Amino acid sequence: MAATKTFRVLPGFNITLGFTLAYLSLIVLIPLSAVFLKTTSLSFAEYWHVVTAPRVVATYKLSFGLSLVAAAINSVFGLMLAWALVRYSFPGKRLVDALVDLPFALPTAVAGIALTALYAKNGWIGQYLDPLGIQVAFKPLGILVALVFIGLPFVVRTVQPILEDLDTELEEAATSLGAHRWQTFRHVILPILLPALLTGFALAFARAVGEYGSVIFIAGNIPMVSEITPLMIITKLEQYDYAGATAIATVMLMLSFTLLLIINGLQAWTSKRTGRDR
Amino acid sequence: MAGATTFHIGIDHAHRFESKAATRETPVVKWLILGISLTFFVVFLLMPLIAVFVEAFRKGWETYLTALVEPDALSAIKLTILAAVISVPLNLVFGVCAAWAIAKFEFRGKQFLITLIDLPFSVSPVIAGLVFVLLFGAQGWFGSWLSDNDIRIIFAVPGIVLATLFVTFPFVARELIPLMQAQGREEEEAAVVLGARGFQTFWYVTLPNIKWGLMYGVILCNARAMGEFGAVSVVSGHIRGQTNTLPLHVEILYNEYQFAAAFAAASVLAVLALVTLVIKTWVENRAAQSHKDSNRDDAS
Amino acid sequence: MAAQAPARRTLRRLVTAVAFALTAGGALAQTSILNVSYDVSRELYKDINPVFSAQWKARTGEVVTVNQSHGGSSKQAMSITEGLEADVITMNQSPDIDILLERGNLVAADWRKRFPHDATPYTTTSVFLVRKGNPKGIKDWGDLTRAGLQVIVPNPKTSGNGRYTYLAAWGYALDKTGSDAGAKDFVTKLLANVPVLDGGGRGATTTFTQRDVGDVLVTFENEAILIAKEVGGAKFDIVYPSVSIDGSAPVAVVEKVTEKRGTTKVAEAYLNFLFSPEGQEIIASHNFRPRDPAVLKKFAAQFPAIRTFSVDDKLGGWKAANAKHFADGAIYDQIMVNR
Repeated sequence: MAATKTFRVLPGFNITLGFTLAYLSLIVLIPLSAVFLKTTSLSFAEYWHVVTAPRVVATYKLSFGLSLVAAAINSVFGLMLAWALVRYSFPGKRLVDALVDLPFALPTAVAGIALTALYAKNGWIGQYLDPLGIQVAFKPLGILVALVFIGLPFVVRTVQPILEDLDTELEEAATSLGAHRWQTFRHVILPILLPALLTGFALAFARAVGEYGSVIFIAGNIPMVSEITPLMIITKLEQYDYAGATAIATVMLMLSFTLLLIINGLQAWTSKRTGRDR
Repeated sequence: MAGATTFHIGIDHAHRFESKAATRETPVVKWLILGISLTFFVVFLLMPLIAVFVEAFRKGWETYLTALVEPDALSAIKLTILAAVISVPLNLVFGVCAAWAIAKFEFRGKQFLITLIDLPFSVSPVIAGLVFVLLFGAQGWFGSWLSDNDIRIIFAVPGIVLATLFVTFPFVARELIPLMQAQGREEEEAAVVLGARGFQTFWYVTLPNIKWGLMYGVILCNARAMGEFGAVSVVSGHIRGQTNTLPLHVEILYNEYQFAAAFAAASVLAVLALVTLVIKTWVENRAAQSHKDSNRDDAS
Repeated sequence: MAAQAPARRTLRRLVTAVAFALTAGGALAQTSILNVSYDVSRELYKDINPVFSAQWKARTGEVVTVNQSHGGSSKQAMSITEGLEADVITMNQSPDIDILLERGNLVAADWRKRFPHDATPYTTTSVFLVRKGNPKGIKDWGDLTRAGLQVIVPNPKTSGNGRYTYLAAWGYALDKTGSDAGAKDFVTKLLANVPVLDGGGRGATTTFTQRDVGDVLVTFENEAILIAKEVGGAKFDIVYPSVSIDGSAPVAVVEKVTEKRGTTKVAEAYLNFLFSPEGQEIIASHNFRPRDPAVLKKFAAQFPAIRTFSVDDKLGGWKAANAKHFADGAIYDQIMVNR
């Protein structure tokens, strides 16, 4: 613990934090406050009625549930992929590394169309799943596939720099002290990776909750079954109902914010516990 | 560990790990990890990409090229690049500042601040566009003032830039924060104690340590800036040849049943993303080269 | 530092790019009008615009460019209320123009009276597209409620096309059963056969034609003809039901904008052109039913006679129909939630 709260060795705290807060307010907070203010044109009873309608509640469950599952899937496979990219050499590695960012670069609508084409029952992948009785496109499972697709880069790209930075000495020390490879991973490497992994999880989750473009093509959009919350917002806007749309948006925002706060708190806690956040 | 994180540049990092018994897995585990992760990669990333290119070339090279040199497509490409060129550097500066404040200092409400930075990710793109309509639209807060002064924000280039800034806001910051937290602050403190000024410390001590994270952040930010559809769609006005970005142009073509042209335009976005990766590789190689020249015995 | 030179160069390029963007924005102010329209009228106006421009030049000597903006119809209308400077609006359902009157008096109160046929230059109707040879023997609305049949329709909540489909089925059932209860029962059965609700008409088309989902697609006639022509005529047949809905496409001059920009005359001329024989022919060639009897006769082979009813005649007008069927918690929601 080199620095205390009262004495800071490093310069630039005031200016960087000041700029951060100013920019954050300008680009994010002030615009988002417009959303909250717009809902004040509804009475509380109206607000409550809009955000707790059974059909809307069903979409919260679907959107938040599937987003968590997708983020979890991405955490596992994303970590593996990042590991393979950093630690192994194999043919085509550069290409794999390059394509990880693809889900961002493709417009979401294109991703949705491409995924639907692959997973529909006449698609490249769907045709093999259909005889097994697995339907992906136009079912909730299709939504999951789309959410996994758009969230993957977050996990890979947050874990990758940490892995690249990782010192071989630590592992060598652990091995020389008699630890198995798995033990080394579990007790030495994973604790170092955990904060970044949680960040990746949080970001993949956050992105998945709000996603519209790619999901809408593959979802089926059947009420109570495969409708996502962003679609509810769109349907409100189609009826020129700004207040209703922003009401649902505020619920999404508050739910996401709470979940993100918990994940970020967890992240801080794990960093502290492993003594990294000095 | 912070003391040794300075330079690990090389053409392939893997060599560093594979050369030592302690940092190597048994072949079975290695191939298992490779097998699973690459299968995942193929199913979730490669196949969709191949689908895009197969569709793009379905009607041959000629259609592909025609689709790209058409004036509307060219103006869409220009606008897309313009939006990225403005928003990426702004978010880069913000990201570095935010990460410095958050990772190098202790203060109350830090987790709260980090979560606020995450927020734009979880905002549905449509809402991200709508907020600017609520602010700058004719019926919005500043609507009448803007129209009195004949300033156009939404349905024009500034609105598209604002929406892009919003959706790509967290990328660089969120890439750097965990990395800089993991690195601690001893190195910077040592530099300051030895008399370096703040910016020198950042430039010579911090920047070399965070450059990969920074680069990933920029790459992601850039990719997302170019690919954003939902938010931009709300504020664009969809005027052909004027306020259509490339993703919006793709949608238009698709809705015109010009599937091949639509996927051709989409493939440009994929190629743009690949180009940023090529640049990354080039920078990596150059850095490795100059490092080798200046410091032969330290090269791993 | 060597690294600073490229950085400075990049900065300079950035400044140039921004400056370019700003001047490009300023250069838009020559004689041009903006036609804000719905999603599937792109091809139509792409053909209309140059012909109109040429005609306008011949008549007045002025060069006019018509810019196009297309998207989901309600979203487009919303953009205009929020300041998108449209000189004319061309939609496929009147509520999207009425909203401009409600929010900011952007169009004349009597916009329907400003042009012939209640300001609707063309019409279309909801028809069925089935797989080649009509293997399921689908002939009329009644067949769509058969158990086990899959019907593809766009989402009525987000698509005008979907709304017309729903109302067409409702109107048919109203005739058959004579009561709202009977109609609701019929539409409930029909919607139970819908496996996918795409966001718009074109999405539904793709689901049906490219993904091979469903036995029948209910969509606008112009879409059905276009699919039969372009996407695979050998694979699909069009079926005309005994009765369907009249989908008239309304147009209006956004006077508040044209007065400010001084473009009222050319905007009016543009919309009038749509009603001229020349405009009507282009309209017919894009598979919309023209108003001009002579032109309709010329394209008679393409447009078989079909009995239609309008939203105004049978369903009390759009305002009432929207409130009764599509508002939140209204009949459509009740059907879908309890499905």
